[in-house]
Amino acid sequence: MTDLTLPDLRRLTPVDPIGVSERVARLCSRSIKSDSKREGLLRVLSMIDLTTLEGADTPGKVLQLCAKAQNLHASMPGLPQVAAVCVYPTMVAVARNAVADSGIAVASVATAFPSGQAPLSVRLDDTRAAVAAGADEIDMVISRGAFLAGDYQQVFDEIVAVKQACADAHLKVILETGELGSLDQVRKASVLAMAAGADFIKTSTGKIQPAATLPVTLVMLQAIRDYTHDTGRMVGMKPAGGISKSKLALQYLVMLNETLGERWLNKTWFRFGASSLANDVLMQLQKIETGRYQSADYFSKD
Amino acid sequence: MSESGNLAFEGSWQYSPAPESTEHVTVKADYGLFIDGAFAPAVSGEQYASINPATEQPFAQIAQAGVADVDRAVAAARKAFDSVWQPMPAAERGKYLFRIARAIAERSREFAVVESMDGGKPIREARDIDIPLASAHFFYHAGWADKLQYAWPGRAVAPLGVAAQIIPWNFPLLMLAWKIAPALAAGNTVVLKPAETTPLTALKFAELCQDIGLPAGVVNIVTGDGEAGAALANADGINKLAFTGSTAVGKSLIRTLAGRDVPYTLELGGKAANIVFEDASLDEAVEGIVNGIFFNQGHVCCAGSRLLVSEAIAEPLLERLRTRIETLRVGDPLDKNTDVGAINSKAQFDRIQHYLDIGREEGATVWQGGSAAPTTGYFCRPTLLTDVAQSHRVVQEEIFGPVLTVQTFRTFAEAQAKANNTPYGLSGGVWTDKGSRIFNMTRQLNAGVVWANTFNKFDPTSPFGGFKESGVGREGGLHGLRAYLKAEAMV
Repeated sequence: MTDLTLPDLRRLTPVDPIGVSERVARLCSRSIKSDSKREGLLRVLSMIDLTTLEGADTPGKVLQLCAKAQNLHASMPGLPQVAAVCVYPTMVAVARNAVADSGIAVASVATAFPSGQAPLSVRLDDTRAAVAAGADEIDMVISRGAFLAGDYQQVFDEIVAVKQACADAHLKVILETGELGSLDQVRKASVLAMAAGADFIKTSTGKIQPAATLPVTLVMLQAIRDYTHDTGRMVGMKPAGGISKSKLALQYLVMLNETLGERWLNKTWFRFGASSLANDVLMQLQKIETGRYQSADYFSKD
Repeated sequence: MSESGNLAFEGSWQYSPAPESTEHVTVKADYGLFIDGAFAPAVSGEQYASINPATEQPFAQIAQAGVADVDRAVAAARKAFDSVWQPMPAAERGKYLFRIARAIAERSREFAVVESMDGGKPIREARDIDIPLASAHFFYHAGWADKLQYAWPGRAVAPLGVAAQIIPWNFPLLMLAWKIAPALAAGNTVVLKPAETTPLTALKFAELCQDIGLPAGVVNIVTGDGEAGAALANADGINKLAFTGSTAVGKSLIRTLAGRDVPYTLELGGKAANIVFEDASLDEAVEGIVNGIFFNQGHVCCAGSRLLVSEAIAEPLLERLRTRIETLRVGDPLDKNTDVGAINSKAQFDRIQHYLDIGREEGATVWQGGSAAPTTGYFCRPTLLTDVAQSHRVVQEEIFGPVLTVQTFRTFAEAQAKANNTPYGLSGGVWTDKGSRIFNMTRQLNAGVVWANTFNKFDPTSPFGGFKESGVGREGGLHGLRAYLKAEAMV
């Protein structure tokens, strides 16, 4: 990853938001039933970054989350594990110990998440600390202020620096699309982040509304498609925040399936950043199996 | 699995079949003609089978109207006009139209399923577009029924009398609504002949007219082939002819009407250009191109059947387009996930294949994408014809199928010249991020309807119609309503 250069962001293809919303509506009209629904929901489970990002997080809370990640629902054997647990840097060591060699990755937000409003040196230390504590994946935030001010080079250089600080850890770059103002900006930020070496691009911190939306995700998936086409390098996608229902998750999966297709349809290249989605998926799977909806009290809340 | 560059579709996650239920639909084994408020067999007793093009199986037996039947229908319409419909207060006529609009909306699922089974269109389109728009046309015109005097102030507004209406097979109920709603709102009575291959929703509509208590004879439906249509156009008692269909039939109808005091509106063929400039939003343009030509299997008179793309972006655009087409699902029209349904009839299927052969002979490169087509039924995968020239028949003539010709242009002037260089002038599309270019181009296109950064959008309030061989007159909006009225200046 040397010789990275900022692409010419003035020459990007424009995005028409009305056209995007029409395409989204069409994708959402797909009817996902029976086997395809079951199969889709299992995939959704396997793609979840089970997340807790609260000021009130404690080691106890993180341990519970990690237990849930490895054993989603005891009464339904054979379920996939989630892809990762996602925590603050201070909790990485706890999570690392808890998931051990289960195959579940430890993701950590870093770089003065969620605002990113700290000196670069602090953000880089934050990143190194998380990696040193055992994080496999780093979810960084871009400097939205610099981006909106048009200082793309600064944003680019910072991502390159964080990527370097990540060493072998995978880097997910959070664009915080809810603060970018338009789909054109979302595309621009996506292109910038991928050119700077992002392994994943991610919509949101979950701390700003709107968080992930289907139109934003479509634009980012299209940006990934074009980047992969031009460079041959695959980049992953992670919508995060506000995806708490199975139906919506399946709509994201349909969008992924019909935009990037088969090669991206796994946890290596697609993640859901979510805290409460897993339980809703479990309820739906239970419904498919038994024909009845169970009370939410039958599913553990961690 | 289908591949496109780095991408692969229809891989390990397959959508299960999601067929729309047909349980709530009642279709009788055979249907008579709907004349004077009642169903009756044709005088000759002749019938023909309406075929489900997705299964090639007969769907229902339909009466074949002859001259005697048509004359009886026109007489019934005349009687209803004189005795009931014209004397009725306009506000009361409006109420009937509101009732029809409501009844269509309430039975939309049934209409959508029947439309899909009889004509082959995807249930998604019948459900989301055809039937809601049909209902919307009645709602819109219902509102005008008692306000006509205000629409044409200072003029004495009066209905024409008996309107003869002949509609095509591509949007059976919607075209019925385009015809019947303004006719009734203006105070006319109608005799309507649905297309030979798609009479079912018109007959279900006749049942609906009975159910809501529309006075007998106000709406009459005569089914049959082109001969029945010719008989209707030749009938002495008609005061207006409205036709949607092919240019060839439209021309013959004008000959039929020569020397008679029968005003007409004709909505005929098209060969619309969809023009994509180098600054267009590419993915959204691709979506518009797909909606422009693959909507309803390309059986759309205003389909964007000619893609004109700036040479500067032709390659990336076509790559995106092929990728998008690979995700289209061709198959069972009743499956909610089907994007491209069945070709309406064997005859149309053969016609499309014939044009593909002509294209190959002319030197076109034929590319087909989307999922594999079923082996039973009349299916045609989405098709691109590249390496074509303005002089080729496939570029000049209306194919009326899921077939898109692709040409490039270098300058604005070249795009404009190529777009207008056909005998047709129904519709067009312009894709650019630059507002001034939209207005500059749309002003210079010889087309009745031009969409900018979208395609195939319809609304009852908007007039629709063409120039040149695409037709005469407008339908929809006040322009369309005007064609069903006398509006003489009051002195």
